[in-house]
Amino acid sequence: MSRGPEKVGNTTRGIAYEEPLLFERSRPGRRGFALPPLDVPEVEPEALLGAEACRETIPDLPEVSEVDVVRHFTRLSTWNAAVDLGLYPLGSCTMKYNPRQNEAAAALPGFAGAHPLAPASLSQGILQLMAELERHLAEISGLDRVSLQPAAGAQGELAGIMMIRAYHRHRGESRDRVLIPDSAHGTNPASAALNGYRVQTLESGPDGLLHPETVAAAMGPDVAALMITNPNTLGLFETHIEPICEIVHTGGGLVYGDGANLNALLGIARPGDLGIDVMHFNLHKTFSTPHGGGGPGAGPVGVKNILAPYLPVPVVRELAGDEGEGFVLDYDFPHSIGRLHAHHGNVGMMIRAWAYIRSLGAEGLRRCAEMAVLNANYLLSRLRGTYHVPYEGRVMHECVLSDRLLQGTGVTTLDVAKRLIDYGYHPPTIYFPLVVQGAIMIEPTESESLEGLDRFAEAMLAVAEEARTDPERVRAAPTRTRLARLDETRAARRPVLRWQPAGPSKRP
Amino acid sequence: MAEYEFPEGLRYSEEDEWARLEGDRLVVGITDYAQQKLGDIVFVELPEAGTHVEKGDRFGSIESVKAVADLFAPASGEIIEVNPDLEDHPELVNEDCYGDGWMVVIAPDDPAELDDLMDAAAYAKHVESRED
Amino acid sequence: MRFIPHTEPEVRHMLAAVGVEEIEHLFDSIPADARLSRPLDLPRPLSEQELFARLRELAARNATPESHTCFLGAGAYAHFVPSVVSALASRAEFLTSYTPYQPEISQGTLQAIFEWQTMICGITGLEVSNASLYDGASATAEAVLMAIRLTRRHRVLLAGGLHPHWRDVVRTYLQGLDAEVVELGVGTDGRSEPVDSHLDGEVACVVVQQPAFLGPVQDLAPVAAAAREHGALLVVAVAEALSLGLLRAPGELGADIVCGEAQSFGIPLSFGGPHLGFLAARRRFVRQLPGRLVGETVDARGRRGYVLTLSTREQHIRRERATSNICTNQGLCLLMATIYLSLLGPHGLRTLARDNLARAHYARTRIAATPGVELVHPGPVFNEFAVRTDRPPAEILEEGASRGLLAGLDLEPHAPELGPALLVCTTELASRKEIDRLVNLLGKNRP
Repeated sequence: MSRGPEKVGNTTRGIAYEEPLLFERSRPGRRGFALPPLDVPEVEPEALLGAEACRETIPDLPEVSEVDVVRHFTRLSTWNAAVDLGLYPLGSCTMKYNPRQNEAAAALPGFAGAHPLAPASLSQGILQLMAELERHLAEISGLDRVSLQPAAGAQGELAGIMMIRAYHRHRGESRDRVLIPDSAHGTNPASAALNGYRVQTLESGPDGLLHPETVAAAMGPDVAALMITNPNTLGLFETHIEPICEIVHTGGGLVYGDGANLNALLGIARPGDLGIDVMHFNLHKTFSTPHGGGGPGAGPVGVKNILAPYLPVPVVRELAGDEGEGFVLDYDFPHSIGRLHAHHGNVGMMIRAWAYIRSLGAEGLRRCAEMAVLNANYLLSRLRGTYHVPYEGRVMHECVLSDRLLQGTGVTTLDVAKRLIDYGYHPPTIYFPLVVQGAIMIEPTESESLEGLDRFAEAMLAVAEEARTDPERVRAAPTRTRLARLDETRAARRPVLRWQPAGPSKRP
Repeated sequence: MAEYEFPEGLRYSEEDEWARLEGDRLVVGITDYAQQKLGDIVFVELPEAGTHVEKGDRFGSIESVKAVADLFAPASGEIIEVNPDLEDHPELVNEDCYGDGWMVVIAPDDPAELDDLMDAAAYAKHVESRED
Repeated sequence: MRFIPHTEPEVRHMLAAVGVEEIEHLFDSIPADARLSRPLDLPRPLSEQELFARLRELAARNATPESHTCFLGAGAYAHFVPSVVSALASRAEFLTSYTPYQPEISQGTLQAIFEWQTMICGITGLEVSNASLYDGASATAEAVLMAIRLTRRHRVLLAGGLHPHWRDVVRTYLQGLDAEVVELGVGTDGRSEPVDSHLDGEVACVVVQQPAFLGPVQDLAPVAAAAREHGALLVVAVAEALSLGLLRAPGELGADIVCGEAQSFGIPLSFGGPHLGFLAARRRFVRQLPGRLVGETVDARGRRGYVLTLSTREQHIRRERATSNICTNQGLCLLMATIYLSLLGPHGLRTLARDNLARAHYARTRIAATPGVELVHPGPVFNEFAVRTDRPPAEILEEGASRGLLAGLDLEPHAPELGPALLVCTTELASRKEIDRLVNLLGKNRP
């Protein structure tokens, strides 16, 4: 019998590790944690709380040592692609470099250890930082006021739409329809629906843009708002944004701006100047806070003064005049939509974004937008012709291609994405926006160098070439990852959503 | 154009349901075109028996891994039976959409409503026009 | 520019490839009058060295457990966090990846989420858990929305003892919907007034916080029975997740949904966020869960692996009919909590919970024997309790601050009926000596 690495060790390819679920590493009696000796009298929980209230066991927690834990999660980490490992061109997600200084900033004990309910007099540093970040975001967006409270972009949308609703109600108007272009993120209609609004989808024109006449035709006295993403998810600047905003305003509606793609506009143009009344910022996209495997993000919401009375509470306010100096949390907003977060939002992300803005300044932020747009256009110039470009024109921070030119090879967008993994890249966003069949949405961000872009372009071109010469190879990808393509159908048909000691999860 | 099967004798709706009248029972499912377009079906949401539906009403939905399609009643009536096997075996819709993959049985209020639906040839044309 | 690699010759080369003369022409699709004609009005850029000088100044003006012993809880808890948690969670592969849309190169994140889902199921006594929500407050709002969808009923009963900020958030979330919120008060024992008389066939769910905001452990069984009788769901909200190390799993007591805040599991206070909302439910409700879910499957060669699943519930597919609008969640916080719970294990979690309970008991015993101060609710609590004082809480808090103590939360805005009172929390970070100092501060026998 062979005693090679397949049988004896636990590696697959040299130093790539297999790793079971942590529960399968569990050994009764192992400990990964120790408390100091108890310096107050011991208590019997059953005696204090009543036996009925107490649990006998805590199932589904492993018994492992600290070494087990460190090895387990370190090994798991090696199975992830990440921005720090290489280009992560996930369109609409702005996977730019996340400066390490920002992590150190948020971890300063004076921030990480601050209790949200400590008196304002003992929280002046963090309140000042928040007030400054609000001011910076207002300046960047051309809006008047900002609330940092929403915990992610989708919650920012929710807050924005709630403020729009409160505004109309306050004026005695009942409007129940929201207009959303067909290229919008799914969070837009979902946020509108959470506010009880009916959603009407607007068709983009043949040039991928929203046209004033489309908006005019859909406008009516029951329209509360238009939600628009600019640049849109095709990477195109909505050229008609100003007349569109005017049409909506004339009809008594407001315009919501989805800030997901703000990276393209930093220092170039400001949503507030274009007619946007309210927008959210994604600090984890535009302002470099890390994506963390799915979050946390932060979704501050900015408004024009007409919507300021409806901001979520509490609002950070700088004292003025007779009040003295310093910052307070102000709850005195009688028309506020209320509170969206148990405390003040994802403050740790605000600290990072503040550090980022202060490091770059006005010129640096503008340079981000310029290089992000240059990178996207450069990639497009290298890929045009090999990949179909559904909407021609100069793009902003991202470009959308499709698999149409691969038709007949049997290779689809999904296959291209999976094959890119073999070339060492996280795939772009695929099959979004929905208005492009087989969409491949690439956002390189400003972090990528020329040679990095060239390498990625070569990989994209090589995959297209393979699609013609060796389509089966592309369709079988990825072949160099620890796992091959995963069976998502099986996962959805018979959901196994947690480990159980015996049953389908049992290790073969 | 891909190969689809549209059996004769069934009635077809524009929303890609088929309906087969068996006495006073109207058996309803989705067409071969619909199941191929959706891909691997992972879940079918159906109403409880006893629900009354109007023609054109949304009565359920069908899901693949990355898409959801609504199911629309091809005729008005009471839903008198629901395919019990689809809960655990949604793949039946892919494997046998005109047979074991049926979805509901409706007791039609007015069987004449079926005349508004297409026959196999007309439906094939309808599909072809969307394939271009 | 430290974060941007482009040199001027490279920029020229790329502009030529694009067919543009100057950078500003890249923006030609933006109408000229729509462009900003001046630089943004922002402070000058700082080097990292200058940046940290400024950051330290700001950080020094906040109270922290290092400068002040923290007896403040009320939904955010000062606990000890082992070094391993941040060491592992700050690994670049976790920190700088995103939602695991591409499973073949996201197995690390996916498996960790699957482990979290498993742990939360065990801790709550329920069968399915999602992959996090923003915080305990929005998790509670999402649980309520879920109950409304499941029951197709529109009245929501918030039992007494739900965190006042969480109540606010539930109301905020429901304001645009056809739903009615009924809020109950607490009795003299700090627990909810009975829910029975408010229950009928219109009520979608009863939300009960365990332990209650003011500390007392609530009696869930009768609420569960009453809710069941009327076909309403029982939602149990947990603000101090560590209490689940001792308290019976709410799922065992009849809860249909358990939601709450898991910040106590290894996540720093950070002035209130990012924290970690969780939500678990009975298996039959899985298709109404909000947020991401990870499921087990196999790869093309039959090897075990993990994927995001049941995504048709979510906004990117179902859009206006999604179960929630959530997209980005609290992924990294979930990872930190999973690491923390792995270190503690069942024994550590239980021991730590007992430690907290013992400290609260010690503090309460001392307070009960101290003149000028009394326990508001003598019944069972976990690590938090209300204390009535004979002088204004603001005065006590100020005096405490000057002596390095965050003495608790002034209850005046939240429970004025109690008179002058503080909500006090004792975690493992409060030593006996520090508890003694707190009691001296609260009581009459001041040093």
